Amino acid sequence: MDYYLTEEEQMIKELAAQIADEKIVPVRAKFDESGEFPWDIIKVIADADLFRIFIPEEYEGMGDRAMSLALVTEELSRACAGVSVSYAASALGAIPIILYANDEQKKRFLPRIASGKSLAAFALTESNAGSDAGAIQTTAKLDGNEYVLNGTKQWITNGGEAEVYTVIAMTDKSRGARGVSAFIVEKGTPGFDFGKKEDKLGIRASTTRELIFNDCRIPKENLLKREGFGFIVAMKTFDKSRPGVAAQAVGIAEGAFREALKYSKEREQFGNLISSFQGIQFMLADMGTQIEAARALTYAAARMIDKGAKNYKKEAAMAKLFASDVAMKVTVDAVQILGGYGYMKEYPVEKMMRDAKITQIYEGTNQIQRLVIASELIRETVSKK
Amino acid sequence: MKIIVLIKQVPDTTNVSINPDTNTLMREGVESIINPFDMYAIEEALRLKERLNGEPETVVLSMGPPQVETALREALSMGIDKAVLLTDRKFAGSDTLATSYTLAAAIKKLDDYSLVLCGKQAIDGDTAQVGPGVATWLDLPIATYIRKIEEIDKEKILVERLMDMGYDRISLKLPALLTVVKELNEPRLPSLRGKLKAKKAEIINWGFEDLGIEEDMIGLDGSPTYVVKIFSPPPKQGGEKFHGNPEDSAKKIFEYLTSTKII
Repeated sequence: MDYYLTEEEQMIKELAAQIADEKIVPVRAKFDESGEFPWDIIKVIADADLFRIFIPEEYEGMGDRAMSLALVTEELSRACAGVSVSYAASALGAIPIILYANDEQKKRFLPRIASGKSLAAFALTESNAGSDAGAIQTTAKLDGNEYVLNGTKQWITNGGEAEVYTVIAMTDKSRGARGVSAFIVEKGTPGFDFGKKEDKLGIRASTTRELIFNDCRIPKENLLKREGFGFIVAMKTFDKSRPGVAAQAVGIAEGAFREALKYSKEREQFGNLISSFQGIQFMLADMGTQIEAARALTYAAARMIDKGAKNYKKEAAMAKLFASDVAMKVTVDAVQILGGYGYMKEYPVEKMMRDAKITQIYEGTNQIQRLVIASELIRETVSKK
Repeated sequence: MKIIVLIKQVPDTTNVSINPDTNTLMREGVESIINPFDMYAIEEALRLKERLNGEPETVVLSMGPPQVETALREALSMGIDKAVLLTDRKFAGSDTLATSYTLAAAIKKLDDYSLVLCGKQAIDGDTAQVGPGVATWLDLPIATYIRKIEEIDKEKILVERLMDMGYDRISLKLPALLTVVKELNEPRLPSLRGKLKAKKAEIINWGFEDLGIEEDMIGLDGSPTYVVKIFSPPPKQGGEKFHGNPEDSAKKIFEYLTSTKII
């Protein structure tokens, strides 16, 4: 389907596709196997200026556009979602700074993220607080000119690899979700350590670790906006980042679909190519249609953000929900079409199936997405009366 | 100081078809790319510029029809400073002699060059003649099949030349011309800023009138080469294989060689 991308968007997409095909596809199985962080590929992405496309121009970026971010994430995900999440998580870590930091904070952190010299990360989840952001136990107490952080963040993408972390911590427990605040914490700050690297089902090239704060003192100036604003920071960040997860899901699905389509035109059974069988044809038709619908929804949400829509909570959640469910279904079907070969590690579709699962879980489980969508739908009908 | 890279736009396949009437390449419908060996030359020019603290100006030069502009813009998107295209109906039909003569004239016109880099050969014609031809017209020292540039300063360059067994170390006075092999480096991808800049960049176009060259030495008239036939040599046959333990195999090979009177 032609989405009438601008010339610059087309360029961005082609560049990301070139990196995916030439630099990621040949090594993805190796990184999936070893779980090693793909620094060489991150450097290629940085040298291509692709970390600049989600950072505003005044901070050495090339324009803060959700559509560009979606295009790059999709193309990289087509090759490897482990690589693409490491890239997209840096955008996720940068979004709160772009949205809520003051000029001085932006000048300090955004140029480093734009050049790709520093990766960023976003830290909300804890062992007892994921979907329920109000249950956060990490605390931040003001002591003179510094905040003192204590607690442990769990399952943080780019943990240990990133230099810049946006961390959500409790500053006033009595106010629940309205008592959390957002801080920028730099790697290397005394009292800030990393826990073990998680061994995951999928997206294995990416690093997922605990962040451990033990009397970690950060300058007062590292608070985003003001105390008590952290929950809004987190929610607005997710609104903006969810089309990115949707794009990741579309990319994974597209990668698996292309493998299935190619295989169906090579594999012969009963003297015919399996692509000539209606059973396979119906599967391919459904997969292709679902992917296109997911892509259209994702791009539409991204365009809304870029055109300056005030509220895109519902559309972002819909894109994330739909695209991630499509990615799961399409990758399972791709393994099915490849049959026994699909189940083997010599072919990439089993990895894609493992990678797809996380898109239904992170940045808000799909159950949370449904809650968000429903509450927005109901709120809209109430406000219209 | 300039580093000039000679590039050629070629069809993106080794299976090009040949026009049976003219014995020239049929380019229609085939995607065009920069000759892969020229990509190593472009990359090395960029690396030399970095090594010399950004001092030399890097220039890509090509001869061909107007669509070669795409190849030149790709080189610009990788970071090359300037692109020159030699295009003129009068250049059409040039063989390697006429091409090297025309390119040499353009290099002279560019002036103040220290180094000319070329790929070892183009994947369409495979002649490996244009680089050495240009060096001859310009009376430049030349080294072919370069796999490494060890040292460079204002006066000279020290390089390694890939040989069948090992390599040669050669020192050349500058200006000089090098043809390069794939062992030299890994070409970078373009950057987004590079692509945007390349899109807007001006490509310098020079025709016959700009170069001050002899008309009877260019194009079809200036090309003494007459292509009689183009064909791929038949692939080597498998030959006879001798299996089994080394003693028996050696005996069999000996019998075979003596029976065929090879030894």
